[in-house]
Amino acid sequence: MKHLLSTQDLSARNALRLLDVAEEMAAVGEREIKKLPALRGRTVVNLFFEDSTRTRISFEAAAKRLSADVINFAAKGSSVSKGESLKDTAQTLEAMSADAVVIRHPASGAPARLAASGWIDAAVVNAGDGTHEHPTQALLDAFTLRRHWAQVGGTASAGTDLTGMKVLIVGDVLHSRVARSNVWLLTTLGAEVLLAGPPTLLPVGVGAWPCTVFYNLDDALAERPDAVMMLRLQAERMNAAFFPSTREYSRRWGFDDGRLALLDTLGLDDTVIMHPGPMNRGLEISSAAADSPRSTVLAQVRNGVSVRMATLYLLLAGDPHDDTHDQHDDLTVLIPEGRTP
Amino acid sequence: MTTPASTPAAPTQYLIRGASLLGRDAGDLLLRDGVIAAVGSAAAGEASPDAAIIDAAGLVALPGMVDLHTHLREPGREDAETVETGSRAAALGGFTAIHAMANSSPVADTAGVVEQVYRLGLASGWVEVRPVGAVTVGLGGERLAELGAMAESRASVRVFSDDGICVSDPVLMRRALEYVKAFDGVIAQHAQEPRLTEGAQMNEGDVSAVLGLTGWPAVAEESIIARDVLLAQHVGSRLHVCHVSTAGSVEIIRWAKARGIHVTAEVTPHHLLLTDDLVRSYDPVYKVNPPLRTPDDVSALRAALADGTIDVVGTDHAPHPSEHKECEWAQAAMGMTGLETALSVVQHAMVETGLLDWEGFARVTSVTPARIGRLAHQGRPLAAGEPANLILVDPTARWTVDPSTMATKGRNSPFRGLELPGSVRATFFAGHATVLDGRLATPRPAALGATGEAPAWSI
Amino acid sequence: MTVPTPESGPHKRVVLAEADIDRALTRIAHEILEANKGSRDLVLLGIPRRGFPLAQRLAQKIAAVDPAVDPDLITGQLDVTMYRDDLRRHPTRSPLATQLPPSGIDDKVVVLVDDVLYSGRTVRAALDALADLGRPRTVRLAVLVDRGHRELPIRADHVGKNLPTSSRERVRVHLAEIDLIGGSAVNEVVIEDRV
Repeated sequence: MKHLLSTQDLSARNALRLLDVAEEMAAVGEREIKKLPALRGRTVVNLFFEDSTRTRISFEAAAKRLSADVINFAAKGSSVSKGESLKDTAQTLEAMSADAVVIRHPASGAPARLAASGWIDAAVVNAGDGTHEHPTQALLDAFTLRRHWAQVGGTASAGTDLTGMKVLIVGDVLHSRVARSNVWLLTTLGAEVLLAGPPTLLPVGVGAWPCTVFYNLDDALAERPDAVMMLRLQAERMNAAFFPSTREYSRRWGFDDGRLALLDTLGLDDTVIMHPGPMNRGLEISSAAADSPRSTVLAQVRNGVSVRMATLYLLLAGDPHDDTHDQHDDLTVLIPEGRTP
Repeated sequence: MTTPASTPAAPTQYLIRGASLLGRDAGDLLLRDGVIAAVGSAAAGEASPDAAIIDAAGLVALPGMVDLHTHLREPGREDAETVETGSRAAALGGFTAIHAMANSSPVADTAGVVEQVYRLGLASGWVEVRPVGAVTVGLGGERLAELGAMAESRASVRVFSDDGICVSDPVLMRRALEYVKAFDGVIAQHAQEPRLTEGAQMNEGDVSAVLGLTGWPAVAEESIIARDVLLAQHVGSRLHVCHVSTAGSVEIIRWAKARGIHVTAEVTPHHLLLTDDLVRSYDPVYKVNPPLRTPDDVSALRAALADGTIDVVGTDHAPHPSEHKECEWAQAAMGMTGLETALSVVQHAMVETGLLDWEGFARVTSVTPARIGRLAHQGRPLAAGEPANLILVDPTARWTVDPSTMATKGRNSPFRGLELPGSVRATFFAGHATVLDGRLATPRPAALGATGEAPAWSI
Repeated sequence: MTVPTPESGPHKRVVLAEADIDRALTRIAHEILEANKGSRDLVLLGIPRRGFPLAQRLAQKIAAVDPAVDPDLITGQLDVTMYRDDLRRHPTRSPLATQLPPSGIDDKVVVLVDDVLYSGRTVRAALDALADLGRPRTVRLAVLVDRGHRELPIRADHVGKNLPTSSRERVRVHLAEIDLIGGSAVNEVVIEDRV
């Protein structure tokens, strides 16, 4: 395993391995001493070109629990905001002997670029790139879903996938890296994925995705999903003619109190409500839904640390020069060769 | 290939022996005083004893290629390319004439700037450099540039384009189309509806959906082409559509031609070969405007070039300094180099697929572009008395593209690492060998005689 | 560890058969009870993978002597993967579960159980892992085989068999709970030549 750039390139086997290791990391998180020496002496750089305190502290906690040294490099107020290029920043980090770079970037593909460019030798973890992917968010969502699914089925979650589960993702799929990463990962793990949102916020080309698309949220709920994942509506979309008004959006695609009651009416006792946060209460999700026992919002945050520990552990703990002999079929990242005939 | 070792100056005569003319019968060609003096069995007899003899057995003789779409970056971005480096690349690529696009800095929107570029071309002497004039002042899309002044300048501009930016205002486009009728000019439109492509990064479709890159929908190109052909019909003008990239555009142009509208269309070598699947690497070397499209589009473009719906190949050679490509996709500049790979890519995509023979190749790379640009002395038949603008090509050669060895300053070739067929062995520009043995020879001496800067071919 | 190539099939000899293993474990169980003066506060923590079934077997033998003992309630598993000092020398290994008995390990007499004691590095890792989990009163070490070649100042309190070996040899423990050889569960300790 060299990098974690997307879930589209993640095999079921590697995804399960990540989730299984995350289970052990979660157990560590329940101990009094929540620290492991596995990454002692390794340096993890959190390279954030975009503000995201939540994701950054989650990665920071994960790295620290594994005893890695953590350097937080926020682009704001640094040389990056003075026009320094990604290449120069990467080479600076390389000169500082970073072993892993956790990168959050507003440009889709920036982590892939970093990983494939040869500017840096470190492992690259995509912590959210533009409107492309956010693989650790999807992994923590899958982890949360798997635990829930195992609880419903009365089994242990380790080693299991999401076969038989139906997950509905609602909202601005077009601009959502969370939605993309979840679509690939959840289907890889055997879940059935449904999408619902205004047609203006579903990408051209969504027809090629392994999902069923609904324009009407209530029709989608009638399909009896086991989980409903509400996507955050970004403020900059609200005035860009994707939909007439936030009130209309909220009425048609918000998870409001009426739809919360509908889950009860439909007898969907085990259906959970997810949100990657931060939530726009009263817009895409009502407070009653966000705070209901069905909500997994806080569990998602908690599981984020475990999943990120598993990611950093699997990327950094082993011999970096011995990938080929890895008996565990380690994560291999497919960088398209970029070659036709 | 041999040249007399005893003559340090460039020979004045070349006797080309056994070249396959336009891919057909082998024959001899005698080049003398800038023209083809004799063809066939007469050539050897007419050659003087000190003529340089070129053994061209197995090589194809073609008219020198004419590019309607080259970005030379000078003035303004001499770090990216200069007229000198760009025209060296052109000569190596088999071109004898190129059209320098207007988006330099300052923009080529006055007689002064186009004459500067023109003079730099003359001084370089590797190919004929024809400046393209901007349609609007500063490419601003608001006021017509002084099209007439550029047309009447020493550069004799006939092709006008805001390339890089679409002339999106329909009234302005109509006026431009009408106005250039006065001097037989043509408007070369960069067809891109600006509102539909705000922030666009790549073709909008299955791949953009996965990559999370803002889409550049085909309709943004097609809607402008549809509007422009109707405008051209209405005002009875010539319209040239730059770098057509979609199957839908092909359909519209086919329809327009069937109605007798004076529209010509161009396709780039990269749109004949590459698809948007390459963007999955997020390597900005594949970032270009218009974007790489789908395999269906590539097929439609090839078929259209073969059947004449698309008239010409234009390279859209767009060199960029490395820092504009060694960055995130969204921040990277759009554009690819193309002068030194055009012949090979078109041979690969069109000739080796059987879609075009070498005569057809000459039509789309030389004859028709010269006619659109109103270059009377380019793209001519390989016949006695014609200007000696021609190339010798080894169609059996195979080579691997290595941008670091190219003459252009740009290293942004999307074909790097690909093995391609075809190699330009020699380029003759007005009878002067600018390329011999596949390497740069000497530039044609600047023709600054008693008549001022008027070159021999400018009669 | 590398898998020996089949052509050069290593020389292999059985040093403990099933009955020998059972006898050694019975003796260790008695030693543990004796050293602890009974079963009070005993916790047996097996080090994965083969230490855990050995700990289970020892717990059963202790329960056979002292019927008050529920073997499941005194047995656990202690994963040491993330405490190893050789993580970087191998491809990444997935950690296995650590499961402590419900009573925990604070103020307990913890007996670490492993199959083979060699360099002592695994036991060093186990002691570190243990320290992050609680504070036992005493920690003891029981191993089925001690093959020598210690690299750290560590010794076992209870040893099934001392096996003087060459470092060129490999000691393999096969336990029925884990190992299937030729389709059948096997209990044996063998020495192979490292090829």
